[in-house]
Amino acid sequence: MKNRIIILVAAVAMILVSCGGGGSTAGKQKQVTLSAAGATFPQPFYNLAFKKFNEAGGPLINYGGIGSGGGIKSLRDQVVDFAATDAYLSDAELAEMPGEVVHIPTCIGAVVIAYNLPGVTDLRLTPALLEGIFLGNIQKWNDPKILAANPGLVLPDMKITVVYRSDGSGTTYIFSDYMSKVSPVWNAQLGTGKALNWPAGIGAKGNPGVAGTISQSEGSIGYIGYEYAFAQKIPMAKVMNSAGNFIEPALESFSAAAAAEMPADTRVMITNSSNPAAYPITSFTWIILYRDLAYANHTREAAAATVNTVRWLTGKEAQAIATSVHYAALPQNAATQAAELLKGITYQGETLLK
Amino acid sequence: MSGDRVTKALLFISSLTILLLSAGIVVSLFGGAVPAFREFGLRFITSSSWNPTAGSEQYGAMSFIAGTVITSILALIICIPMAFSTSLFIAEYYRGTRTAGILRSLVDLLAGIPSIVYGFWGFYALRPLLVATGLTDQGFGVFTASLVLAIMIVPYATSLSAEIISMVPAELKEAAYSLGATRREVIFSVVIPSARSGIIASFILALGRALGETMAVTMLIGNANVIPKGLFAPGNTMASVIANQFGEASGLKMSALIAIGLLLFLITALVNYLGKLIIKRFA
Repeated sequence: MKNRIIILVAAVAMILVSCGGGGSTAGKQKQVTLSAAGATFPQPFYNLAFKKFNEAGGPLINYGGIGSGGGIKSLRDQVVDFAATDAYLSDAELAEMPGEVVHIPTCIGAVVIAYNLPGVTDLRLTPALLEGIFLGNIQKWNDPKILAANPGLVLPDMKITVVYRSDGSGTTYIFSDYMSKVSPVWNAQLGTGKALNWPAGIGAKGNPGVAGTISQSEGSIGYIGYEYAFAQKIPMAKVMNSAGNFIEPALESFSAAAAAEMPADTRVMITNSSNPAAYPITSFTWIILYRDLAYANHTREAAAATVNTVRWLTGKEAQAIATSVHYAALPQNAATQAAELLKGITYQGETLLK
Repeated sequence: MSGDRVTKALLFISSLTILLLSAGIVVSLFGGAVPAFREFGLRFITSSSWNPTAGSEQYGAMSFIAGTVITSILALIICIPMAFSTSLFIAEYYRGTRTAGILRSLVDLLAGIPSIVYGFWGFYALRPLLVATGLTDQGFGVFTASLVLAIMIVPYATSLSAEIISMVPAELKEAAYSLGATRREVIFSVVIPSARSGIIASFILALGRALGETMAVTMLIGNANVIPKGLFAPGNTMASVIANQFGEASGLKMSALIAIGLLLFLITALVNYLGKLIIKRFA
């Protein structure tokens, strides 16, 4: 049974790779095709960036937005050239991989608290309020605790409807990672994960599903990727960060969160940043690839194209595209580190970048 | 006759393929479900806790079984008067008229509408209507899902029922008329009793369809992984939780989802078997 699966996976890989490397055999002019899969959170950025890169003479990249988990699986089965994930791989997940895997941060995304309250557009929330609302302990909008954090705001006597992601998602992971850091109650009751055991509210599928449900339901509140709230013009709450400042979700306040020190392998969660200007619910999103790209019949051309693509993605030009679709650009230290890591990517032991 | 043999062989191969496919599905469902059942035992079926957080993983299918059974039965109950009266209208009262023809094509048209479109309609049109009645805060929940499900299964129940009703021998009805029976009496004491098993079968077929419906339900039921606390409370169904959580699942969670798929398969098979049994009993 297991052997048969391996043969099947190998066959699929071979087909994919032979498509990918097709360019080299058919002639130098023909472009290389790469396949990639993973997170939907940065997909608007990747789609646009890959299209621009292809137009500028880069490889054709087929990116499948199948979720971070699916991307990790595809990389483990060696059926893609690279994958994308919102949650970095744990040590256990890294150990399960058939080869050494490198994380390259590509941009910073933020999770915002979007809500639908007629006439209210400047709601302020503290970590304690987030805990109370999302755990179902604060049930009315005019709860004294909410009023205390929002002096001067008139809030209606309306039931709060919490909207969460019904599907497993990196967005949930980032939000719960932040909540677990700021609330011991949350950490004990729900913890951190891509899907949680929600005690209250209703679930909707995908960022668009949550955004749609919030914009259609008065009295609702939920967490979504910044770009979705921005695109649908749904009001977003200012969230109190670790320095006690209420921070408006904006690209500058997201970038501020990443200014801290980076570990060598870039595996770090930047939620609840200590920077007084930082919005607290932010995260890097990563491209993951093998350190040595000579696997499952990968050609040198495909390997070179892979490294070039990822290097371009972390460069100035692509980072400008990221901000145009509402992701914060990588801070200087992260960009430098990404470039260093990419120099270590090899093909049969030979480095691909100078 | 070699042509005949070729045909026979081809037919044999294609039916064998179907058989192998269904066997393969069952085998892989069983294989995938083993880790979940090994970990939780029968508790997997009876427990309603669903906690995917690493470290305290806990999977039980009861909330989803309850959600599936409640929405499907409720949908069936709502569907029966609609489908039953429509089929009588088409196959008996207005039999052969243009009105019946138009109505029949309209009902068939309902069957052709994709599930997601029903979901959209429920989300943007039906839900605000229910909110306006004041019965529910946001309109997400078991009742909304059942209502849309009922409309979705009406065409299945109606067209089969109408077919069966129109097959009742004219001699029987004429005999009743000649004895002085009114039209209503003919329907209730001749047509319905002789078409009974077929009508029941058509509703069981419709129930089977409701059990597996996914997209429209996901959009309306609220996707809360708990046993619904009331008609207007959110819940989740077996098909819906699989569709929602499959993408990011791995390990034990994946096995739990496959096990739910297996249970859904078994429930649907049971319902179909029950349908066959009823047809045999009354036919």
